[in-house]
Amino acid sequence: MTTYPHDDDSVVVIIGSGAGGGTLANELCQKGVPVVLLEAGARQSPATFINDEWPSFNQLAWSDTRTTSGSWRIARDFPNLPAWICKTVGGTTTHWAGASLRLQEHEFRARDTYGQIDDAELLDWPITLADLEPYYARAEDKMGVTRTNDIPGLPGNNNFKVMYAGARKLGYQHCSTGRMAINSRPRDGRAGCQQLGFCFQGCKMGAKWSTLYTEIPAAEATGKLELRAQSQVIRIEHDPRGRASAVVYADADGRLQRQRARLVAVAGNAIETPRLLLNSHSSLFPHGLGNGSGMVGRHYMRHTTGSVYAEFEEPVHFYRGTIMAGIVSDEVGHRPERGFAGGYEMETISLGLPFMAAFFNPGAWGRDFTQVMDAYTHLAGLWIVGEDMPRASNRITLDDEVEDAFGMPVAHVHYDDHPNDEAMREHAFRQGEALYQAVGARKVHRVPPYPSTHNLGTCRMSAKAADGVCNGYGQSHEVPNLFISDGSQFTTSAAENPTLTIVSLAIRQADYIAEQLRTRAV
Amino acid sequence: MGDLAFDRRRFLRGAGGLLMGTLLFTSGPVALLAPSRSWALELNTLSSEEGARLLAMIRRLYPHDRMEDAVYALTVKDLDSKASTDPGLADLLHQGLAELDRRAGGNWLEAGEAEQQAILEALQDGPFFTQVRSTAITSLYSNELAYHHFGYEGASFPKGGYLHRGFNDLTWLPNPPADASPVPFA
Repeated sequence: MTTYPHDDDSVVVIIGSGAGGGTLANELCQKGVPVVLLEAGARQSPATFINDEWPSFNQLAWSDTRTTSGSWRIARDFPNLPAWICKTVGGTTTHWAGASLRLQEHEFRARDTYGQIDDAELLDWPITLADLEPYYARAEDKMGVTRTNDIPGLPGNNNFKVMYAGARKLGYQHCSTGRMAINSRPRDGRAGCQQLGFCFQGCKMGAKWSTLYTEIPAAEATGKLELRAQSQVIRIEHDPRGRASAVVYADADGRLQRQRARLVAVAGNAIETPRLLLNSHSSLFPHGLGNGSGMVGRHYMRHTTGSVYAEFEEPVHFYRGTIMAGIVSDEVGHRPERGFAGGYEMETISLGLPFMAAFFNPGAWGRDFTQVMDAYTHLAGLWIVGEDMPRASNRITLDDEVEDAFGMPVAHVHYDDHPNDEAMREHAFRQGEALYQAVGARKVHRVPPYPSTHNLGTCRMSAKAADGVCNGYGQSHEVPNLFISDGSQFTTSAAENPTLTIVSLAIRQADYIAEQLRTRAV
Repeated sequence: MGDLAFDRRRFLRGAGGLLMGTLLFTSGPVALLAPSRSWALELNTLSSEEGARLLAMIRRLYPHDRMEDAVYALTVKDLDSKASTDPGLADLLHQGLAELDRRAGGNWLEAGEAEQQAILEALQDGPFFTQVRSTAITSLYSNELAYHHFGYEGASFPKGGYLHRGFNDLTWLPNPPADASPVPFA
């Protein structure tokens, strides 16, 4: 096993091992770059994943305290759990459902396309779809995305059959089992999907792509990677020139360690990444590392979401098989005549009995609630994923009062729904209800957003340094050897599940970093 | 059903009470799992009387008329276990359960459904109610007995998933065409 000394200042230190960090680590190692990969969580494997929702949640989820405020219902229902993401090797790629959709061309130009929207700080990305297309292609091949690279689509389950029939009755034209990073047949040394129905709990078949058993072992095989699990980063240090020089972290025994670094890439997800930069303030960077623009932590986006569940006379057993078994894409375009900017996807979703109870209507009790649970095997469900507005006031800050086990302020997450988000959610709820009513739903239910799995935008890329935190390669505007490598980079949220784009950006960033290292630009 | 086995020696060591009952739905999904119709759960911190009151409260919070008391009893057991290591919670439960009796004019168990409902509505913003409800929502529906009651099939990996066990067995709607939903790999 490769190890690097703590005083080795030739290594790239990557913080976080999920879609961004895990992919970046492998891409750099394949080019011969030495990498220390720090991951706050422990290493699991398909063998240790648990087919039971709460025990699995306790195994994988990031449950360290965070605090919340704002008009979003999460602040009331789950005040200390704003996000449903993971603290484990592989990060949230252990938990994601696999939907792998490219952003649309106009979504890179949200400000240009949608125009000025009050109380939103829309901005065009500094890159275009054309810039990213070659990297999307590489990511789809790497991840084994169905319906690309001659990989067949997945077979639809019962939940999909209901969605498909309803979509056709509504006249929708774009409904299928979609593009999924789940093997529809064995590929790349990984098994085909056996329709376990536990995508959210870590895929025990390894059929769903996760950096845990693809990128990370591939990087380890190069001899260039040292993965340090259970290593919680505390702060990033810099030298007198203002270049990142070391990363201080607590190891598995809680002892503080300092790893020197030639370059630091942060991929802690869009809540921890800005928290770390803010906690890394110094006399040179009094507002946080790389935060001269004041933009670190701002423009937090989490997608406009919600779910529609429907009860039928006949059984569905929607928990059998892939969770996101199908997608309706007819509403994903920008059609302002609907009363809002941007669009949304509708994707099947199912929850096991424990999570159905916890998330159907948080706080509810009594017969209205239990009658839905009584119909559990007769439910179908879909999840809404839509573009939400970047707002400077929706942001991650450091909590004034609450500290973590190492004495560092925890993240405070503030989010107010924008009128555009509310209009879109209302439209999507109506369409979702109509879809199920078209095939005979006995009752339909609107379910509020879950704790956020898509966390975006808090260190956004921008053409001008004053508008964001990093450039089109995720490189800090202020600290040239500091990179943002996760969904924090997103300038706007677009309507698509973000993982494919995070992976594509990481591949592109790796090419750029390797060139910067080779030419000694950093 | 191991948790439900009445272990006399362990019971005699404990300071708490005992929850006992009989399965009502003899051909129901829970009864089919159980080795016998009688069940018993020992409690560490709560008395038998308190356990019975707490069970009735949880049943009123999450009423499933055809669900056995044995399933609700598992949540009583969870709260009792937490209270065993958390004196503050133990006090909260002791006081809260006494309050239920007081508000019911002496015996919470003898109050009708409407009266119990009204009492709980009056208490629903307080810490006792919140603690019981928040534990119950993550406990009551997260155990094998509840899975059987509601027809949720639980862990699928040991059975090879649902690929050959009904993931697409719905027949009351037409099947989607193959371009939308390809056939499974062989």
